[in-house]
Amino acid sequence: MYETHYHRASSIQDAVKLRQAAGEGKYLSGGMTLIPTMKQRLAAPTDLVDVRQVPEMKGIGVSGRTVRIGAATTHFEVASSAELAAVCPAISGLASHIGDPHVRHMGTIGGSIANNDPAADYPSAMLALDATIITDRREIAAGDFFTGLFETALEDGELVTAITFEAPAKAGYQKFANPASRYAMTGVFVVRRDNGDVRVAVTGAGSNGVFRHKGMEAALSANWSPDALVNVTVDASDLLSDIHADASYRANLVKVMAKRAMAAA
Amino acid sequence: MGVEGIGARVARKEDKRFLTGKGRYTDDMSVPGMKYAIFVRSPYAHAKIRSIDATAAKAMPGVVGVLDGKQLLADGIGNLICGWMIHSKDGSPMKMGAWRPLAHETVRYVGDAVAIVVADSIAEAKDAAEAVVVDYQELPVVTDATKALEQGQPQLHPEAPNNLIFDWQIGDPAATDKAIAAAAHVTEITIHNNRLSPNPMEPRATLGIYDGGDEHYTCYTTSQNPHVARLVMSAFYNVAPENKLRVIAPDVGGGFGSKIYIYPEEIVCLWASKRTGVPVKWTSDRTEAFLTDAHGRDHLSKVKMAFDANNRIIGLKVDTVANLGAYMSLFSSAVPTYLYATLLSGQYDIPAIHANVRTVYTNTAPVDAYRGAGRPEATYLLERTMETAARELGVSPAELRRINFIRSFPHQTPVIMNYDAGDYDASLDAAMQASDWNGFAARKAEAARRGMKRGIGMSCYIEACGIAPSAAVGSLGAGVGLWESAEVRVNAVGTIEVLTGSHSHGQGHETTFAQLVADRFGVPIDSVNIVHGDTDKVQMGMGTYGSRSGAVGMSAVVKALDKVEAKAKKIAAHLMEADESDIVIENGELKVAGTDKTVPWFQMALAAYTAHNLPPGMEPGLKEGAFYDPANFTFPAGCYICEVEVDPETGVTKIIQFVAADDFGNIINPMIVEGQVHGGLAQGIGQALLENVHYDPENGQLLTASYMDYAMPRADDLPSFKVSTSNTPCPNNPLGIKGCGEAGAIGSPPALINAITDAIGNNRLTMPATPQKVWAAAHAAN
Repeated sequence: MYETHYHRASSIQDAVKLRQAAGEGKYLSGGMTLIPTMKQRLAAPTDLVDVRQVPEMKGIGVSGRTVRIGAATTHFEVASSAELAAVCPAISGLASHIGDPHVRHMGTIGGSIANNDPAADYPSAMLALDATIITDRREIAAGDFFTGLFETALEDGELVTAITFEAPAKAGYQKFANPASRYAMTGVFVVRRDNGDVRVAVTGAGSNGVFRHKGMEAALSANWSPDALVNVTVDASDLLSDIHADASYRANLVKVMAKRAMAAA
Repeated sequence: MGVEGIGARVARKEDKRFLTGKGRYTDDMSVPGMKYAIFVRSPYAHAKIRSIDATAAKAMPGVVGVLDGKQLLADGIGNLICGWMIHSKDGSPMKMGAWRPLAHETVRYVGDAVAIVVADSIAEAKDAAEAVVVDYQELPVVTDATKALEQGQPQLHPEAPNNLIFDWQIGDPAATDKAIAAAAHVTEITIHNNRLSPNPMEPRATLGIYDGGDEHYTCYTTSQNPHVARLVMSAFYNVAPENKLRVIAPDVGGGFGSKIYIYPEEIVCLWASKRTGVPVKWTSDRTEAFLTDAHGRDHLSKVKMAFDANNRIIGLKVDTVANLGAYMSLFSSAVPTYLYATLLSGQYDIPAIHANVRTVYTNTAPVDAYRGAGRPEATYLLERTMETAARELGVSPAELRRINFIRSFPHQTPVIMNYDAGDYDASLDAAMQASDWNGFAARKAEAARRGMKRGIGMSCYIEACGIAPSAAVGSLGAGVGLWESAEVRVNAVGTIEVLTGSHSHGQGHETTFAQLVADRFGVPIDSVNIVHGDTDKVQMGMGTYGSRSGAVGMSAVVKALDKVEAKAKKIAAHLMEADESDIVIENGELKVAGTDKTVPWFQMALAAYTAHNLPPGMEPGLKEGAFYDPANFTFPAGCYICEVEVDPETGVTKIIQFVAADDFGNIINPMIVEGQVHGGLAQGIGQALLENVHYDPENGQLLTASYMDYAMPRADDLPSFKVSTSNTPCPNNPLGIKGCGEAGAIGSPPALINAITDAIGNNRLTMPATPQKVWAAAHAAN
């Protein structure tokens, strides 16, 4: 790791100020990707602004069907919140299968979505739940937030402070873990709202990161049942190929995981 | 056996130290003035070095020195060597290209060491390493061994045209061809044995200390055989004469073969310590380990197995290409030859065998022995072929094996080995019973109702352990003898130190070797210390690999104990005015048989050292040494049965049960044996399902250089194992033991792949059987 300066922010305002004052600064919110990258000398921020202890960015609030999760809330806290599980157990289950216990006690939802690893779990949930990403300066719809591999709509210095969404009538998530890293080699989050709207978001498989599968959404809108997916085609041409899985296998997994997410919903 | 003697399930003495973080590993060692080394490594798989400029690096903060290969060569440090000479079938010696500890002309794989940077801290050394300017001229790359043999491919070493190191054969080609021509059925199959990274928990490390006062070197290193390291560094690398070089391998956190060899880093750190005048420590990080630890396996073989009309094997023909990587590692030539092709008879009476082996240079890390070393390659090849043949012939896999089992011993195979003892039916029966083989059809039908494909597969393995008779291996090209030494020192108060040339890096020697003493003298194992891993303490030894510590290392201890016992009895007889032939040793006492006369063990020891009242002419003291050279290899064997369920939607294989029935001969500590089997099975299952070293064939970059991409088995990948032993004592060593360290890794891959191919009804499957491959194979026609 190259030399860096560590700052612990006390508030959102403090965090943004510290980040602005830094040369090549980075927010640190668990560091489950950033720290290993720095240790490999593949990233060299001059300053790290740790937002994990910022009080306004912590905790889960459920008001009726409206859920608000502070960006510095750990995966463990998301996984173990009874309030959240009562309205959206699918996201609790997703969080409970991220990494291992160490990761779940350090990593945060804000860190995960701001990093937008194409194999991360949360982006699929955000997209399928039509969540709103709240930053220090604005609100961004999930559909506009995730723009590519490790790319988001965040501007330089912009800090994710919370996410919010309306709990759906039904939701389910299933992932197929990469045998080595245990990241999602394919993960599918399905959501159905009371008004019949359906969203299907896929992570780990798309060559441009998380995406919605319109074909499956149409099929499930017509018939909310795993069987409705049987005749849906998943086009492999937009999917990732790597040493673990080629696009045709991932296309198969998208369908199988969608079916299993439906069964879990 | 007593509560702590041979056969007792004694908890490991060393575990308190290891489990409470009190182990002392090489990286824990610190000496005054010590500095830290980082190696500048090639980012290219193949390139000429035009120049190395360390000017800027030397000016960086904290830098003590930057040294390269030209300086190393100027100081007379030698190239790394392969210590086992193999001759091609045309009589020519193997073609060994130069492996410079620091490359200054050509780099041949990603990770090849080019320079060493020594600095006050690791961070400063890393900063300076980045400032070393190496001007590379990239060259074309070849990573696949079969491709490397073709005309027009990149050439790695001028000594080896077409990258061919040797073209070796064993067995009788004419008789084998004749058998195949006359066969009622010939099973043909191509077998790929995937390349593996050894992944010991402790990465390699070394601390080189040069003392200018008496021109003496000390090398702390993560070694399985510190004496061999000293021998090789003295005799071949010109680091220092043996009396000026002490090698210490303290606690070592796993080796699996990868810590047998001498690597560039030990040599370079010792040399750098003299050059810079400071002790130099280097510890590998995990990515360096993936890049530079010797890999295992990487064979591609074409197989023909010929059967007569009664399903008896009448011939076996094997053509193997083995990838040895960019350089020949210390024992790399022995692995795909004498440790592999000599086991191709398996448990079967095969009258004619012919194996041809070509070894090849490629732009990949050197390949050498990895847990099993040649025997897993032979077993996988043979047992997949047997399973395939059984399916083709319409015979049950158990029946085909039984038809061909060797049942009379000793048995001379056509490929050198002479099996001394075994009972293959016993292991097969035990495994079939433990797995409820006969109830499988019902389980398969039940799984099918759940949409799952269930399969069962077996593997009947044999291996050769306890390497090895020195004269025999010498005649086959080995550069060393493979005996072992021991010294037993009885202290004046009766406590005992056993010095052994074996080295424990996870095997539990501190417990099992002490059990031998407890068994012999009836003393508690806590009064016995096992001393190993230091060339200043133990005079000489050949180390631990090839499951040899029990059969060879313990046999040396037994010989030394015999001598101690004889002298102790003489002393006791003298003290009790009895005849030494009447003395028996029980429960820590020396007794005159049939009387109530006794001398406690400690009193006899004290008498040896006070020397006030010893038999006339006897020397004082009680210390005896022995060297033991084995009469033969030992031949552990067994039967493994694996049952799996494959999810046809995803190709995920779940191991439902895994049964291991092994014949290890007599057993010193059943709990440690079970632990060794469990670990071996985990590694074998890792090879079969998960692990694979993957190089980019275009540029030779290692794509599996971290655990993000190299799939190590985890607890939830493994079932609870059902293990049992049926022990046919080995007739060729005093304890009747065979060795158990590698069996699990040898026998398990074919059992697992046979089970998966049974489940999916498609025999075309390569290791690792990843979900993608299994899914594709399950949906393809056989």
